[in-house]
Amino acid sequence: MDRLTKVVRWIDYRLPFFSFIDHELREYPTPRNLNYWWNFGSLAGITLVIMILSGIFLAMHYEPDTKLAFDSVEYIMRNVNYGWLMRYLHANGATMFFIVVYIHMFRGLYYGSYKSPRELLWMLGVVILLLMMATAFMGYVLPWGQMSYWGATVITNLFSVFPFGETIVEWLWGGFSVDNPTLNRFFALHYLFPFLIVGVVILHLIALHQHGSNNPLGIDRKEPRDSLPFHPYYTVKDLFGLGIFALVWAYFIFFNPNFFGEPDNYIPANPLVTPPHIVPEWYFLPFYAILRSIPNKLLGVIAMFGAVFVLFFLPWLDTSKVRSATFRPVYKWIFWGFVVDCFILGCVGAHSPDYIYDNLGGLSNQILGQVTTLLYFGFFFIALPLLGLYEKPNPLPKSLSEPVLKGKKKKSVEIQSALFALCFLSITPLYGTDSPPLPHEVWSFQGPFGTYDRADLQHGFQVYKEVCSVCHSLSQIRFRDLAALGYSVEEIKAIAAEYKVDAIDDEGNPIEKTALPTDKIPGPYKNEQAARAANNGALPPDLSLMTKARVGGPDYVYALLTGYELTPPKDIHIAEGMHYNPFFPGEQIAMTPPLSEGLVTYSDGAQPNVNQMAKDVVSFLSWTAEPELEVRKQTGYMVLIYFIVFTILMYFIMKRVWARVK
Amino acid sequence: MTEETVDHASHEKKEPTRRDFLFLTAGAVGAVGTAYFAWPFIDSMSPAADILAQSTVDVDLSPIPAGQAITVVWRGKPIFVRRRTPEEITMAEQVPLSALIDPETDQARVKTGHNEWLIVIGICTHLGCIPTGNKPTQDRGKYGGWACPCHGSLYDTSGRVRRGPAPLNLGIPPYTFLTATHIRIGVNEVSHG
Repeated sequence: MDRLTKVVRWIDYRLPFFSFIDHELREYPTPRNLNYWWNFGSLAGITLVIMILSGIFLAMHYEPDTKLAFDSVEYIMRNVNYGWLMRYLHANGATMFFIVVYIHMFRGLYYGSYKSPRELLWMLGVVILLLMMATAFMGYVLPWGQMSYWGATVITNLFSVFPFGETIVEWLWGGFSVDNPTLNRFFALHYLFPFLIVGVVILHLIALHQHGSNNPLGIDRKEPRDSLPFHPYYTVKDLFGLGIFALVWAYFIFFNPNFFGEPDNYIPANPLVTPPHIVPEWYFLPFYAILRSIPNKLLGVIAMFGAVFVLFFLPWLDTSKVRSATFRPVYKWIFWGFVVDCFILGCVGAHSPDYIYDNLGGLSNQILGQVTTLLYFGFFFIALPLLGLYEKPNPLPKSLSEPVLKGKKKKSVEIQSALFALCFLSITPLYGTDSPPLPHEVWSFQGPFGTYDRADLQHGFQVYKEVCSVCHSLSQIRFRDLAALGYSVEEIKAIAAEYKVDAIDDEGNPIEKTALPTDKIPGPYKNEQAARAANNGALPPDLSLMTKARVGGPDYVYALLTGYELTPPKDIHIAEGMHYNPFFPGEQIAMTPPLSEGLVTYSDGAQPNVNQMAKDVVSFLSWTAEPELEVRKQTGYMVLIYFIVFTILMYFIMKRVWARVK
Repeated sequence: MTEETVDHASHEKKEPTRRDFLFLTAGAVGAVGTAYFAWPFIDSMSPAADILAQSTVDVDLSPIPAGQAITVVWRGKPIFVRRRTPEEITMAEQVPLSALIDPETDQARVKTGHNEWLIVIGICTHLGCIPTGNKPTQDRGKYGGWACPCHGSLYDTSGRVRRGPAPLNLGIPPYTFLTATHIRIGVNEVSHG
């Protein structure tokens, strides 16, 4: 017996750590017939760990103060080493977490994993879902953008329907509106809740290991050959699943990081203006749709909470003794109908209540929402109880090993995949956006291989400096950041020297001194009041994040800059001091057409026309919004290649390991 | 458990090379991946880009009269910039090395041709207190340099420790003369480009 074994024995005799791991993770008997839908539990666990890790490291840089929060998130994106990676990992991680957990739950619903003796296992899962929702909601508030602020306002106001609602809401806020105390407590709780989730996950696992996993046939294991040790059979299968999952997650982080986000959240919170189109994150959309479908405040809120809480009663609402839908000819179809219903509810939530589906014969979003809400509750309160009484289930196999040997499983897997595809197809008429179409331009930085063109960026910076900067600030950019445009240290010093920044002299008097490369580019106005006073009451927005903060991004900004029309259509009345621009929301804009022929001569002597200037300045503003874009994509390729290799390796190991049982 | 081990062994006997190769590769790939995954987390705690960018400070020396000193902040640390009088320079140069706790010549502590300027990190090498003596009103101790208020260490006009408990002379930050009256603290040479 070597020394290491001795040490392990000594510890294990006193603290049975190693035998616990051995028992629960290695030899733990698992049904031999689990399919890939059983991968999502372990994926959820891994996601939780990654979310906690990335969250802790983000919290080291984040400032939970209404004056600093938004900028501190941008600070993370621009200055902290790999800060953009941490933030996109975390933000897209929330989406990944919900995808995985929702699939995990639908799997439980299909195979009856909530039925005796696993009722508490299921209910603990619902508790985890509730905690996740609370955590995700509070986390979304932290960047303190427009959606953060108005999401916080709307969700906390849900509690106003209860008795003493006003008092409850003010207690939640710590004031009379969502403000600094709210942000502070949300940060504290957003840090706490994931650890509560870990606690409930441990209970969830204890409950799981009491009777072991359910399986696709839904029948109990009877003989030893029905089970396999968890390791290596399911560890390797989970690792293979992890490889695929990581590829999807990495795609979003590195190549489409704001796909699930709302552009409005790149506008700093403004308590006086609600964004015109306010939607929650996608994972709340079905519940949001239920809330809106009911034209009564109290009933709407009750229905919305009810849509989650009904899951607690699922084990008793489903009266069927048969677990797996494989042997329930009617329930199988009802289940897929329910999945489609949830998808449609999501689409309903994504569109405004007044939206009309032209491609569905003028169906109104309100009606569709009400029908699908009824179907949602109908599934739980009508279909599930009645099916158990009237449905005639198919004969169950005698043991787990029996149908596996027959090879009958293959067919049902194909049907399942077909149905899954059908779910997505069935709702394609519901896709589409509310916003008007924009002309598409070709940008060098688009697509997975796109990079910035240094010459375009320098030209664009010149346009910004000579034209836009008269009214618009660029508060996230420091002079030294311009090195990314290809300027040398001396050139940057010279650029900075053209600007003055506020300082205090040795006697305490406010003075102006020459800007240094480390200073932020100073804005044209001292404060918001000065900016409004100089612009007819309108506030010229900061441009640092402009291409990320508008639907359509660079295309929108380009269309706006080049889309002015001197003579508006006859039926539109243009107010005093406003200009007609069909691409601006409301079609009237205070900004005078900013670009004109001959306004700027590039330092290389070129005389750009208006379209060229617009194109260059939009390229420049795309860089100010996403300075990490190039390094992000480069890192992305390495990560994708790594996980492709990882997944292929795990696939072959899995085949090898499983060859022993088949 | 024993059964499993036996099964393992017999299996490996059949086709050891390929299986071992696959498992070893997977282990290596996993280890490399974990290390690469950990790196962004570790590196996110290093000084951020803006903090690194502020790691040089330019100082205009012209307002400092002989015999006086100013304190500038570099990387959050006080830097003593002192214009020495000819007497102070002579005093520093004439001390025999044998009389020093941490022997070092005065020439080694200033830039050639600029020996009236003494630039040191103003942190006592004992336990990190800030010595007094940088302002004209403060006590400079009997060696005419600085005196640490915490545990009584004394420094001379070259910033060298003359009485303990401090073990070492005051540190010299990297700096360079841009012109005769301008220095940049944080770099030993000015890079162009």
